[in-house]
Amino acid sequence: MTQMNRRRVLRGMLGGGAVSVGLPLLNCFLNTNGTALADGAKMPVRFGTWFWGLSMTKDIFVPKTFGAGYELPEEIISLKSVQKHINLFTNLTAFRDNAEPMCHYTGWVIGRSGSAPMSANDKPGETLDVTVSNQIGRTTRFKSLTATATGDLRSTVSYENANSPSTPEVSPIAFYQRLFGADFQDPNAPTFTPSPRVMARKSVLSGVMGEIKDLETKVGAEDKARLDQYFTGLRGLERQFDQMLVRPEPIAACVVPNALGKEPPRGGEAMLIAARHKMMTELMVMAVACDQTRVFNMNYSNASSNTTKEGYEKPHHTTTHEEHVDEKLGYQPNCSWFTRRAMESWAYFVEAFTKIPEGDGSLLDNVLIYANTDHGYARTHSYDGMPAFTAGCAGGRVKTGLHVNGAATAGTRVGYTAMRVMGVDIPSWGTKSNNTSKEFGEILV
Amino acid sequence: MPLLNRKRLCLALGFTAAIALAACSGPTSEAAKSSAMAIKEPDGGTPKRLRLLTADQYLNTLAYVFGPDVSPETRFAPMTRTGGLLSVGTSLGGVTDAQMEQYQKTASAVATQVTNAGNRGTLVPCTPADAKAADPACAATFIAGVGRLLYRQPLTAARSKEFVDEAGEAAVRLKDFYAGLGVALEGMLLSPKVLLVTETSEPDPKNPGRERLDAYSYATRLSLFLWNAAPDDALLKAAESGELNTDQGRAKVVERMLTSPRLEAGMRAFFDDMFAFDDFNNLAKDNSIYPVFTGVTAADAREQTLRTVIDQLITKKKDYRDLFTTRETFISPSLAALYRLPASPGWTPYEFPADSPRVGLLTQVSFLSVHSHPGRSSATLRGKALREILLCQTVPRPPANVDFSAVENPPPNLKTARQRVGAHLSTPVCAGCHKITDPMGLALENFDGAGQYRDQDNGAPIDITGVLDGKEFSTVAQLGTVLHDHPQLPSCLVKRVFSYGTGSLTTAKDKDILAYLDARFAANGYRLPDLLRTIALSRAFSEVAPPPVKTAAAN
Repeated sequence: MTQMNRRRVLRGMLGGGAVSVGLPLLNCFLNTNGTALADGAKMPVRFGTWFWGLSMTKDIFVPKTFGAGYELPEEIISLKSVQKHINLFTNLTAFRDNAEPMCHYTGWVIGRSGSAPMSANDKPGETLDVTVSNQIGRTTRFKSLTATATGDLRSTVSYENANSPSTPEVSPIAFYQRLFGADFQDPNAPTFTPSPRVMARKSVLSGVMGEIKDLETKVGAEDKARLDQYFTGLRGLERQFDQMLVRPEPIAACVVPNALGKEPPRGGEAMLIAARHKMMTELMVMAVACDQTRVFNMNYSNASSNTTKEGYEKPHHTTTHEEHVDEKLGYQPNCSWFTRRAMESWAYFVEAFTKIPEGDGSLLDNVLIYANTDHGYARTHSYDGMPAFTAGCAGGRVKTGLHVNGAATAGTRVGYTAMRVMGVDIPSWGTKSNNTSKEFGEILV
Repeated sequence: MPLLNRKRLCLALGFTAAIALAACSGPTSEAAKSSAMAIKEPDGGTPKRLRLLTADQYLNTLAYVFGPDVSPETRFAPMTRTGGLLSVGTSLGGVTDAQMEQYQKTASAVATQVTNAGNRGTLVPCTPADAKAADPACAATFIAGVGRLLYRQPLTAARSKEFVDEAGEAAVRLKDFYAGLGVALEGMLLSPKVLLVTETSEPDPKNPGRERLDAYSYATRLSLFLWNAAPDDALLKAAESGELNTDQGRAKVVERMLTSPRLEAGMRAFFDDMFAFDDFNNLAKDNSIYPVFTGVTAADAREQTLRTVIDQLITKKKDYRDLFTTRETFISPSLAALYRLPASPGWTPYEFPADSPRVGLLTQVSFLSVHSHPGRSSATLRGKALREILLCQTVPRPPANVDFSAVENPPPNLKTARQRVGAHLSTPVCAGCHKITDPMGLALENFDGAGQYRDQDNGAPIDITGVLDGKEFSTVAQLGTVLHDHPQLPSCLVKRVFSYGTGSLTTAKDKDILAYLDARFAANGYRLPDLLRTIALSRAFSEVAPPPVKTAAAN
């Protein structure tokens, strides 16, 4: 135990000035073994998502058997090192019902929001990561973090509401600065001096918030909701300022990464994306380890993946349409090449969480990650036969290492299961045929 | 305006292109012109909006208020393209926690730059009695001047006092007058009244029972429309004095804005938005296939088109449609390599010879490279862009659950794109959309995915003949002419400019005002400044209509 104890944190007092502060995951809350909170409660579970575009080729992606100990087909052979940490769901369906079919859109929107969009202009409502962050994300510096390896600011599948996509971090350098730049309170720093400037900044915010009330009298209901969101954003800033004024408790697993060197070149070539994905992953994992956030999103590629292969003229998407099925292999070889690169990065992402010790295990033990895509069979852009993954055992609430048969039921069941595991108390999720109240009990402890 | 005069002068001189509003003659017959000018302006306004200030509008405003040296690095969340424009998305977008964090960091950087030892002498219009203590009088002077420009109207006395008090408390806490002032400035730059544009209205005395934008809202709508920035001091004075409430006063104000050098920044922003040039932010080509195309090439391609547009439409006041037939443009060293021209330092005017296949915007590297794949051209993407961006048509999205075996790699004897995409046109499920896009895209097949000229595709000659909405062409120059004469080309611009200016999607309710604007645009020889003037002075621009029940997308 260090100078700070639980009572001190809970009181949140600083130099006589009252500071309301969220409660980060501090060692002082843990039992002596570091395996649970001191009061016997379980460690907090963090939630993440991962996304890749253009799915897979069924014959070489879907294992032949279900349950544990399944053999990995060649398209996902790279998952060998993390097989025991993940669950693979196949044969899921995204039901569009009477909505217009929209390639590369309908599928992922259903998987993330539970509802089929009626048109391309019908943006997703609150996505499941936001629902979870509203539940568990309000005590950390960042309510959630979103990053993409594509380099494209528009590459996101996280929405606060239809008009507010979560803009992803696209630059590892900028992401590093945001996480570990001047505003980062290193929990393991030998000294701590609260910034009087931050206290001054915080005092100005209340006046700014007061201006919202004046504006609310001048706008309609839709715009009032936007003003409410603005107000919530100011509250978020206030929370960040509060946390900057409190000395953080040491966190053994938190190791501030070295400053990054050069920005990766821009472009969608698969090796560039893999490099960017690695850099983003390292930062994201450490942000979680340092308890800067408890909700995170990573996009490997965008829906309708426009990833390219050096020297090959067709991007991934065009390849799915134009490449012959190789008679000898029985699949589109270049198309599968792109999927294999995505799966390598998925394995990297999961493995990165296993490398951070936490308690008597790893960070992944206290994480649940949900991964999905936009279609089923890439070649036909189907809405059936869709795959999804989970990774991590969510503090012991989830079994792993399983291949689960979705049996052509709604893919929303995976998201619903994840939200329930994360403590979101909803009796069902999704609309019309995508509505479900049925968890995948196979993976629940 | 006494505040920051020196900086503002620098800003004004910083514009590279002086606007020469030369007289010009148009092809429109006098009879047609007088007929069109006789069309009565329809009644009806547009909804009041709550818009997010874009990053460019924010930075342009800061440059005006504090001078170009105060230029923080920032990136706001991208808007959702709505009705063909990102700017319309600002009327719908929300502010996420991450965006708020970005606002705060930017505000902090601005406050630091404004109050640092090197700038405070110029940017703070008074000197405190004690630089280590509060000075309410000096703080009040700064806050009143800057607050009026940032809030786009004078601060109320109560709010002004709050900021002065906050600056004073922070100065005491930090033992630094300028640091305290910086904290207050940060607060202003986080204000929803600064970062959101909330339009407000008042009863229209000329039309009892109806509402019009109040003078400050009208001034802001005008300024964002024409300059892509908040109103300047003179425009706010026009709002304060009542000048903006008279027809004569408005006409005078709009004329000043149209002849200002700041119109260039405004129209660059508009065309960058309309042409969807945000796609350049992520454009990269496969270096092993197109080694000549670099990040510099991409940036210069965007700049080339914007320079061409400003030169043709603002400086030379030419017919908008001529953008698609002109051979005049500007060349940079990186583009010279791609166009295979001799390189000269910097940007230089250039006119392609009459026998060159380079004619009009369709043959510029910007259009050709953005609407291609990283490793090859795309007739479909180019045709789709021509239809959607330039003609405001809608190309349906492709269907799902389709067996694409019919369009898989064709036999190797089919060498050209025309032969390869032929399968689309002979497959019913594909033909519906590809017949709309591919013929126009195929007409540009003489240019590869990087925009370089080629006369063969895989060793086979390229056939670029085609038909655009019933008009045949056999050369790319003829395609430019067919597009030039397409009736939807100018009406699409009208729709986009009107939508951009009002921040609203156009709907069926706008049919009459768009018809009126179309007619006036034609009568004025399709001159952009005339279109801007007509819109800015229209009742639709300044009068208020109730918001639509549901903001359904319209294209």
